[in-house]
Amino acid sequence: MNLLIKNGRVIDPSQNIDDTLDVLVENGLVKKIGAGLSAPAGTETIDATGTYVVPGLIDMHVHLRDPGLEYKEDIVSGTKAAVAGGFTSICCMPNTKPVIDNKAIVSYIINKAKAEGFCNVFPVGSITYGLSGDRMSEMGELKESGCVAVSDDGKPVHNSELMMRALQYAAGIGIMVISHAEELELVGEGVMNEGFVSTELGLKGIPRVAEDIATSRETLLAEYTGTSIHIAHVSTKGAVQIIREAKARGVKVTCETAPHYFCLTDDAVRGYNTNAKMNPPLREAEDVAAIKAGLQDGTIDAIATDHAPHHQDEKDVEFNVAMNGIIGLETSLPLSLALVAEGVVTLNQLIDKMSVKPSNILKLNRGTLAVGAVADITLIDPKLEWVVQAEKLASKSKNSPWLCKKMTGGAATTIVAGKVVYKR
Amino acid sequence: MPTEKTVLLDGAGIKRALTRIAHEILERNKGVADIILIGIRSGGVFLADGIAQQISVIEGKDVPIGAVDITLYRDDCSGNLPHQPVGKTDIPFSLEAKKVILVDDVLYTGRTIRAAMDAMMDFGRPQSIQLAVLIDRGHRELPIRADFVGRNVPTSQKENVEVVFDATNQPIEVVLEK
Amino acid sequence: MAEFKHKHIIALRDLSKADIELLISTAESMREINSRDIKKVPTLRGKTIINLFYEASTRTRTSFEIAGKRLSADTVNIAPSNSSATKGETLADTALNLLAMKPDIIVMRHAVSGAHYFLANKVNCSIINAGDGAHEHPSQGLLDMLTMKDHFGRLDGLKVAIVGDITHSRVARSNIQGLTKLGSSVFLAGPPTMVPPGIEKMGNVTVCGTMDEALQDADVVMMLRIQQERQGKTLMPNAREYSRYFGLNPNNVKLAKPNAMIMHPGPINRGVEMSSSVVDGDQSWILKQVENGVAVRMSMLYHVCGVDSVE
Repeated sequence: MNLLIKNGRVIDPSQNIDDTLDVLVENGLVKKIGAGLSAPAGTETIDATGTYVVPGLIDMHVHLRDPGLEYKEDIVSGTKAAVAGGFTSICCMPNTKPVIDNKAIVSYIINKAKAEGFCNVFPVGSITYGLSGDRMSEMGELKESGCVAVSDDGKPVHNSELMMRALQYAAGIGIMVISHAEELELVGEGVMNEGFVSTELGLKGIPRVAEDIATSRETLLAEYTGTSIHIAHVSTKGAVQIIREAKARGVKVTCETAPHYFCLTDDAVRGYNTNAKMNPPLREAEDVAAIKAGLQDGTIDAIATDHAPHHQDEKDVEFNVAMNGIIGLETSLPLSLALVAEGVVTLNQLIDKMSVKPSNILKLNRGTLAVGAVADITLIDPKLEWVVQAEKLASKSKNSPWLCKKMTGGAATTIVAGKVVYKR
Repeated sequence: MPTEKTVLLDGAGIKRALTRIAHEILERNKGVADIILIGIRSGGVFLADGIAQQISVIEGKDVPIGAVDITLYRDDCSGNLPHQPVGKTDIPFSLEAKKVILVDDVLYTGRTIRAAMDAMMDFGRPQSIQLAVLIDRGHRELPIRADFVGRNVPTSQKENVEVVFDATNQPIEVVLEK
Repeated sequence: MAEFKHKHIIALRDLSKADIELLISTAESMREINSRDIKKVPTLRGKTIINLFYEASTRTRTSFEIAGKRLSADTVNIAPSNSSATKGETLADTALNLLAMKPDIIVMRHAVSGAHYFLANKVNCSIINAGDGAHEHPSQGLLDMLTMKDHFGRLDGLKVAIVGDITHSRVARSNIQGLTKLGSSVFLAGPPTMVPPGIEKMGNVTVCGTMDEALQDADVVMMLRIQQERQGKTLMPNAREYSRYFGLNPNNVKLAKPNAMIMHPGPINRGVEMSSSVVDGDQSWILKQVENGVAVRMSMLYHVCGVDSVE
């Protein structure tokens, strides 16, 4: 099956392309990019007029909950949500049951995704066995069986020595370490950002410095050992500055943030809204400004979603009891496009952060429309107006702070390896 | 629509009525012994003061005066109407074996008096309860009648009877609004 | 005429100045009932009030229970030790089961801040907050304000010092919300570990560097209970040192105005936040606070019962 995508605005930061062009796909690969391409007989043609044609979006931070927590999400529903949100590749975090810390689980995920999934799934293995925080996983086997990174996401590796050794060991294996940067003693029993809102609501706060200290430790460990590290879900102005300075010193640190950290503040918690409860917590206006500045100047490399599905029974409870996290796959694109409208980043930068950089950081071999590359392509309709409706979300869980909110922009067509997997 | 006002009693008329009521109370009770005046908030309290003054003039003796706010005894509390602000009840003495004269400004359905009688029972067991009102406008919904009436005024239920007081709580006039 | 339009009383933050004034003035009228021989009025006859206390509290629960009974409501007490909470039943399920008993009001104390808003969304009866986490304790705030009004005849223009563990105090928050709405100014003092960020933005609130600064010319000195279990943890060294810097004693009490009121929500740690001579001294209004508690709670029960739909 061959495809000709005609007259779209092709934006490919990997090749510095931003022009109205056609893209020809043959046998699942990009065959040709050019103006006025004609297609061989039997080629399906997609009229992409008015849409952006970009390298398939990549979400490097997703919780698929499969295996073990399929009541929240599974590989089928999760990848369906991904393609609906314009993502052609997602990286799934290891805090499943059992944990992704051995070949059997990795194989299960890869095989199930291949057989039943809608997009590419790249598993992330755990840094420590069972996320125990006390001994390293077999990172070599994890990499060989298909993991693209290791992370104990959900919690930090508390033991600094173990973290340093993990960075060194992972560098030897050639696998990226993704850090959940948080100082647990400072988090304590906290359930939201520490500030005026937590004071007024009488909720135990999590100080920003909990993230800053941990981010600082990670960059120093990476600097000392000369290894690479990727910091997940950056949320504070302090962490942005620490990473900016580390990068300036030549530390091999990359990082991501998520749409909720540049769209929302802790004001969203008012009314004890459990769909505004996540970890790290929503911060304050000055942090949102710093995150945007970091996106603009390149300190923040990538936008991920930290898609964290939870069942209604885990969210429709008292605030302290509610689980952390929100779903994000289906709302990330419009929320991120708003950054372009706001003038925070250019369209080119945005696609870079949502596709090219994630691929480069994790060496996924995606994120480009270069001739010969796998034809993972997203067609974005920037003018699409839609409303987030629980019953229309592909994700099994509906824990979104944007329910009933109006969105502008979204995926029109999602193509994985030359195959249309989603059409709005 | 402008409301039409008729003055039923002026200040002097009210004073004459209260004086007559004071005489009747003394006559019926053979003096001031054991008499207690309890005004029903808010108008009744001021009228009770007026009656007490007259009794004092006539007999040369003061009678104890109390005030009752019947809000907490209303029969419509179980509904979901906004609850009215609660005024102070001020009965700093026992009503046990006393002759209680309840004083109200306008007697209408009788529900206020029912509530006030219930309240009296919470302060002891009076020997008797009598009722003095400045105006009886009819339309009773409970089997209640006044012992002392300033004036009977036939009204329709659409009309409104109001006793107007000045800033010092002295009654100025009684008006009928329709 | 003022009209109370809130079906629930969860936080003084949610109430207007007029609402708070009405609750206080009704409480002033209710107080008369408590001095009668027959301390009962028929107002809430046939109403059912459930006192659902997830945290132990003899004082507040008893006060709400007496308040309900004096208004002739049927009051039922449910405590976690003898309820399903210990069997893992969620608050939502507990609430639905309680609803089967058709209560008109649920008075709840809960350790989780905001649990009452959650409950209010699940049930169709009125919810009164008897304390939630470190959020609010509106009945305590109201009774404190009533007590201040008893002494000064007003709340406008008062300087109120609140001293102690502000961070964990729902009493402090309710007082700050209420007092600042009614025109008082609030001065806070406590170890910096116990003063939460941004609290000065809650109204006319000043955070003082020392206790003396807060006490200076205060009309009211409100001492907060220091939780014994916080001793030796990260917030303070121990009770002895706390008492040295944030205890009220016969010396520093003189910094306040001569007719200043000394208040405490109880229960008191004698010798820690207050010396016994101050607790039992002439300026102490602590027992009057307790007495006013019943009247304030009667006022709250009375007013929420008159509201049909959620504001």
